[in-house]
Amino acid sequence: MTTSLQIFNTLKNFFIEIGELSYFAGRFFKEVFTKPFEFKELLRQCYNIGNRSLFLVGITGFILGLVFTLQSRPTLMEFGAESWMPSMVSISIVREIGPVIIALICAGKISSGIGAELGSMRVTEQIDAMEVSGTNPFKYLVVTRIMATTLMIPLLIIFGDAIALYGSSIVEYLKGDVSFLLYFNKVFDALKFSDILPATIKSFFFGFAIGLVGTYKGYNCKNGTVGVGEASNSAVVYTSMLLFIIDFIAVFVSDIFFEL
Amino acid sequence: MENTNNIAPILKIKDLKKSFGDNHVLNGFSMELSEGENLVIMGKSGSGKSVMIKCLVGLMQPDSGSLEIMGKDIIKLTQKEFNDLRSEIGFLFQGSALYDSMTVRENLEFPLRKQKRKLEDIEKLVIEALESVGLADAIDLMPEELSGGMKRRVALARAIILRPKIIIYDEPTTGLDPITAKEIIQLMRNIQQNYKTSSLIITHDVDCARVISNRMILLIDGINYAKGTFKELSSSKDKKIQAFFK
Repeated sequence: MTTSLQIFNTLKNFFIEIGELSYFAGRFFKEVFTKPFEFKELLRQCYNIGNRSLFLVGITGFILGLVFTLQSRPTLMEFGAESWMPSMVSISIVREIGPVIIALICAGKISSGIGAELGSMRVTEQIDAMEVSGTNPFKYLVVTRIMATTLMIPLLIIFGDAIALYGSSIVEYLKGDVSFLLYFNKVFDALKFSDILPATIKSFFFGFAIGLVGTYKGYNCKNGTVGVGEASNSAVVYTSMLLFIIDFIAVFVSDIFFEL
Repeated sequence: MENTNNIAPILKIKDLKKSFGDNHVLNGFSMELSEGENLVIMGKSGSGKSVMIKCLVGLMQPDSGSLEIMGKDIIKLTQKEFNDLRSEIGFLFQGSALYDSMTVRENLEFPLRKQKRKLEDIEKLVIEALESVGLADAIDLMPEELSGGMKRRVALARAIILRPKIIIYDEPTTGLDPITAKEIIQLMRNIQQNYKTSSLIITHDVDCARVISNRMILLIDGINYAKGTFKELSSSKDKKIQAFFK
């Protein structure tokens, strides 16, 4: 009886959380189209989120391309299909691995950062101070950050994909004596519109999810400094889960439209 | 300080009630603040002082009762009307609540951002506000570089930058050493004299109440338990009242 009660309470809390997150998202869509617009803060957030994640995304993308090529190469060689390497790597990275891995990295860095920043602002009454001064804190803090992640994550993913392909081309050059020109010719021959478009569209949703969960957790932070830690931690966990759900839906929908 | 009771109320709370589940925090609290008056509200921790001021500035919705600021019932105002009215209220938070990602200058500029003012005017207001709290040199520092007392002064400068008619102080001397606390109290008096503000002060600090109050209210069990001047209340024989002044 106690166990079933616990399961019931866990499920109840889960659905309450989903409901509150949906309400929060609804408020975002309501506020994003109403004046006044906080352009200056939006640009500042775009700079913070985009520019300051560039190095991490670049390193991750480079190692991803390098390792992926190194590990796939022996298997392809067994079948005498090493010439397929650029096509296989580019399609895998652009369609799936690049967006998902980079979005997960950004969930760890950006979503948790937003959760901790807003959580700290909440517990030190900075958000209240903003409201008392006549500024709408939701618009100033939440809308700008969600917009910034929605716009910046796709750019970071494109950048990460490019670096990953560059990393892969280095392995091919060193191990397979394939020139950069030939490698990238094969890459662009292999990539189609149906590979790039769905991946780009889903990266906007990834960005939205990263911003939404981070701001939701931080903005509704409770229980003092302990709550800040919880907000930051749960922002990463919830965002990661949401990214996989979005990815699943995106692949499913892409399959209907583009017959993958 | 002289009593200013005979002047019309600039702020009026009537029969304010607020509960959290079964916990009835405010049970019909009423009070009035006259123009130019310094009203101190004292109460034990958890007595509803913070809830009352949060209702007053719109950070919390009361269950019932009316809250009038400068003759306007804030519960009936639209968000825009209320935001306009908020520029007439300065608020000093207990923990200062400075925006820690902004410099002192940006903290002070923040309340002015929605007002279409020239850059020179903004600069002038910021410097004036900082000079009035004796911190003009700290203009480009970050909050993390300031001591507790300096943070409280900057927060005070931010509270007065819009030249509000009412200033609400939430525990203005809590967490400060006695000397800094005295400096803050002196600053509050100076501001009241220079800017002709009305002040609502929530405090536990008996010295602060003695120095600054024209009138006091003791908030006990969610109601206005006793009111009067510091002298009247401190000489009361009621044990509940006496507990505050021991």
